[in-house]
Amino acid sequence: MSLIYQLIQETYIPATVLLMVALGGMFAERSGVTNIALEGIMIFGGFIGIGTLALIEGSGIPPQLLLIIVLVVSALFGALYAMLHAYASIQLKANQIISATALNLFAPAFAIYVARLLQGGGSQIQFTTRFRIAEIPLLSQIPIIGDLFFTRVFISFYIVIILFFIARYILNKTQFGLRINAMGENPQAADALGINIYKYRFIAVMISGALAGMGGSIFVISSSTEYAATVAGFGFLAIALLIFGNWKPTYVLLGALFFGFLRILGSSYSVIPILRDLDLDREFYVMLPYVFTLIILAFFSKNSRAPKALGQVYDQGKR
Amino acid sequence: MKTQLKKVFELAKPSFIAIAIGLFMGFLVMLAFNPAQSIPAFIQLILGGLNQGSTGLGNTLYGAAPIILTGLAVAFAFKTGLFNIGASGQMMMGAYVSLHIGVLWELPAGIHVIVALLGGILGGMIWGLIVGLLKALRNVNEVVTSIMMNYIAANLLIILIRSNIYNADAARSSAILPTAILPSLGLFPNSTANIGFGIAVLIAILSHVIIHRTTLGFELRATGFSRDAALYAGMNTKKNIMTSFTIAGGFAGLAGSVAYLVSGKTISIAYTIFVEGFDGISVALLGLGEPIGALLAGLFLSHLRQGGFYMQIYGFVPQVVDIIVSVIIYVSAISAVLPKLFKLFKKKKHEVTS
Repeated sequence: MSLIYQLIQETYIPATVLLMVALGGMFAERSGVTNIALEGIMIFGGFIGIGTLALIEGSGIPPQLLLIIVLVVSALFGALYAMLHAYASIQLKANQIISATALNLFAPAFAIYVARLLQGGGSQIQFTTRFRIAEIPLLSQIPIIGDLFFTRVFISFYIVIILFFIARYILNKTQFGLRINAMGENPQAADALGINIYKYRFIAVMISGALAGMGGSIFVISSSTEYAATVAGFGFLAIALLIFGNWKPTYVLLGALFFGFLRILGSSYSVIPILRDLDLDREFYVMLPYVFTLIILAFFSKNSRAPKALGQVYDQGKR
Repeated sequence: MKTQLKKVFELAKPSFIAIAIGLFMGFLVMLAFNPAQSIPAFIQLILGGLNQGSTGLGNTLYGAAPIILTGLAVAFAFKTGLFNIGASGQMMMGAYVSLHIGVLWELPAGIHVIVALLGGILGGMIWGLIVGLLKALRNVNEVVTSIMMNYIAANLLIILIRSNIYNADAARSSAILPTAILPSLGLFPNSTANIGFGIAVLIAILSHVIIHRTTLGFELRATGFSRDAALYAGMNTKKNIMTSFTIAGGFAGLAGSVAYLVSGKTISIAYTIFVEGFDGISVALLGLGEPIGALLAGLFLSHLRQGGFYMQIYGFVPQVVDIIVSVIIYVSAISAVLPKLFKLFKKKKHEVTS
């Protein structure tokens, strides 16, 4: 039984990151802007976040507060970095894929360059603070639920759950969210109703940048002890998640848990008796989430309904 | 002829502007971190392989061959309106099949290397075909699938090497037989330049002809321009998408062959995704999505990479090159508005003088 709990607790780690980034992607894509720069934004946000962490972790700030500071900083810089994509693809009407590719390319190069020149050697940024909470007092004593939600967790897990409900509320219930949806489907009609497409899309892309930036920092903090200018394709996985979650928050949440579980098989297969006996290469398990993504996409893409105007440059003069 | 040259120049003008801005930004980044060394280092970077004599030049050509080919893989799919971000995976598969044949099959000299090359093409084609099939039949976003195929290839590569052609002492793939080594280009002593560069040039010309001079190329471009219109005109758009991705994959696979059918070249079993695939995206974008453009852009990028390598003696990291390239791509993405910005600038200047 404890093995199952342990696997679930481990699953939360990648699932948290995926959900966070996919929620970000949802804002951008629902407004009609493809954001394949999520990967690059994660790397950039993570770089600034972990860089900040390495600078201030010795100054006696309690770990959980430290984590929140890191997240705020990486959200801020993630949003700023995403502005580059927003500016090019919305204001200047550039090809969304190309400008995003530039961002994806720049982030790791910049991170490695700066880290190596500042540290005078290695490109990894190390940190020593550990953020995992062993157990939350009282709550962890509740049977089952205590083990499922309040033992060996990161505070980011709760943050992403709160964000999930906020995002779902904003997208489905508020004027802002409904306008975002409208311009992802038919920007001309939305424009005719007096909604400023450029402004809303800009904000949507910045939100996606903020969430992806945080996702980058959470990825590093919860799965490693150093920043190495990579997020293992989680930015792209988040986009895949959006597609098979049909751009709906609840499905995306379920998808994130499923992917999270596949992802941890790569590191935990040796503790699961059935899998250990199979005697397969580790790489086989690492490969699994990607293979499943393909298979699932093959089944879901035909029926999935992307926002109609996704990826199209909006030009006021065109009908 | 003169008007034609002018036309080409007009076409390439935004790229030159983008390159100039990219280099300038790169210089600023270098200046910010180490002002004293930045000027000699930047000169070294710009000179690329030129100041190292024939070795440098030869290595530039050797490095250019695979990225021209991956660039063609991206550009070719681009013509059909598809974004092939998975050239890395296709290249890895091509490299593996080539090495597999190069290590294990004992064939007569001359034939062996050709079979290994063809095997590489086939490996890449299969990897590209999977993406094409998913896109054509199930309408799966090719950007996501080709990325997934990269990660799958990276892991599969390790599994395959370890179970078939593993040299446990070095934790790398085994050395290929001498008969499978690509002949040297001969022009540049002391360098790794092989006929791979010639192959890349040939393929670039071939793709140019296919895209611009054949019915197939016309159909591919039509499909890229408007899938519905092409379908309405009676073209088999599904087949076209698959064909495009398969050919693109073949090019990327060939990139793997020319990069690894070299004496002493082996693949480590440490997890990596070949960077040449991502360079291919830069090359294709920089080359305006045209095969001949990719050829020139590949040479340019390889030249810069050589420069980035030699620049390290001044304490700079070769990642500067990636920073420059990303700026170039970003600027060329917004290049459609650049002329407008320049016009605005000119107008203002005009107002001031008058």
